[in-house]
Amino acid sequence: MKSAILGMKLGMTSVLTEDGKSIPVTVIEAGPCPVVLVRTPERDGYKAVQVGFVDKKENKTNKPLLGHFKKSGVEPKRFLKEFRELQRELNVGDVLTVEQFVKGDKIRISGTSKGRGFQGVVKRHHFGGVGMTTHGQSDRVRHPGSIGSSSYPSRVFRGLRMAGRMGGKRATVRNLEVIDVIPGKNLLLVKGSVPGAPKTLLEIIKQ
Amino acid sequence: MNTLDYVNQILLEKTIEARKNKDGENFAEIPDFKPGDTVNVAVRVVEGEKERIQNFKGIVLSRRGSGINETFLVRKISNGVGVERIFPLYSPMIQSIKVERTGRARRAKLYYLRGMSERKIRAKTSNN
Repeated sequence: MKSAILGMKLGMTSVLTEDGKSIPVTVIEAGPCPVVLVRTPERDGYKAVQVGFVDKKENKTNKPLLGHFKKSGVEPKRFLKEFRELQRELNVGDVLTVEQFVKGDKIRISGTSKGRGFQGVVKRHHFGGVGMTTHGQSDRVRHPGSIGSSSYPSRVFRGLRMAGRMGGKRATVRNLEVIDVIPGKNLLLVKGSVPGAPKTLLEIIKQ
Repeated sequence: MNTLDYVNQILLEKTIEARKNKDGENFAEIPDFKPGDTVNVAVRVVEGEKERIQNFKGIVLSRRGSGINETFLVRKISNGVGVERIFPLYSPMIQSIKVERTGRARRAKLYYLRGMSERKIRAKTSNN
């Protein structure tokens, strides 16, 4: 059954297992996410649920959004996201919680990765750099090298990997294992790292 | 208290609880020790089905991290070769830690002891 929830990255720590292994885990505060809107094929052309996450003050919410929340009877939320094709039938006002997940589940997490600014080709695309500091190339160790030939094609191919803005984009990590669920505090402990800095909004999906 | 600290505390309690359950009467509290002390760490070694205790005795060079992430580094001289091991302080693989000798150290990390002879190390960490 596909289930999903929104979460916020809190940070990382480790879990010590019985046999002495230290597992790196990311702590995620996930949910509760009330359903704000149900999209139906008849009205919207596709099936989805819109859920909210993290409370927001009413006086900080603009009027169009406030009306949207009033209509569904849900407190204003900071984030709104849609999830498609959840198998469970959900109605407006239903709440998604971490209890959908159990230890050992494999999940997929998407979020916005940390912005790295303008980065060179070695960090951004894992180029090896030019390599040598002898034979007259002492000053271009981390350069991309040749970006094409001259007379033919006389241009640089589109999409050629070069330096530029890195990070700050949507990134997905698949097959992360749920190590622990703490329903009382809406917490999810996930093995390994997830995209973004602490307080990043994350979409958590179990296929 | 922020939520991450809360999680760390819960994990720590769970780990200690697990050790208590496993060891029952033999459960040993983790003593206070600092860099410069000589400690005897009783480590569980699993060989196939069987489990036995192996002692690792040496001088503590450093402690780092906090809560469940805290580790300490022990150095000993084994057959003339220096051996160092890093243990997670709350590792379930540690049966007990015993302080054999307290030492005096004027800094937190004693990495400079690495090149020294045993006599010199003793002089550096003796109490008087």
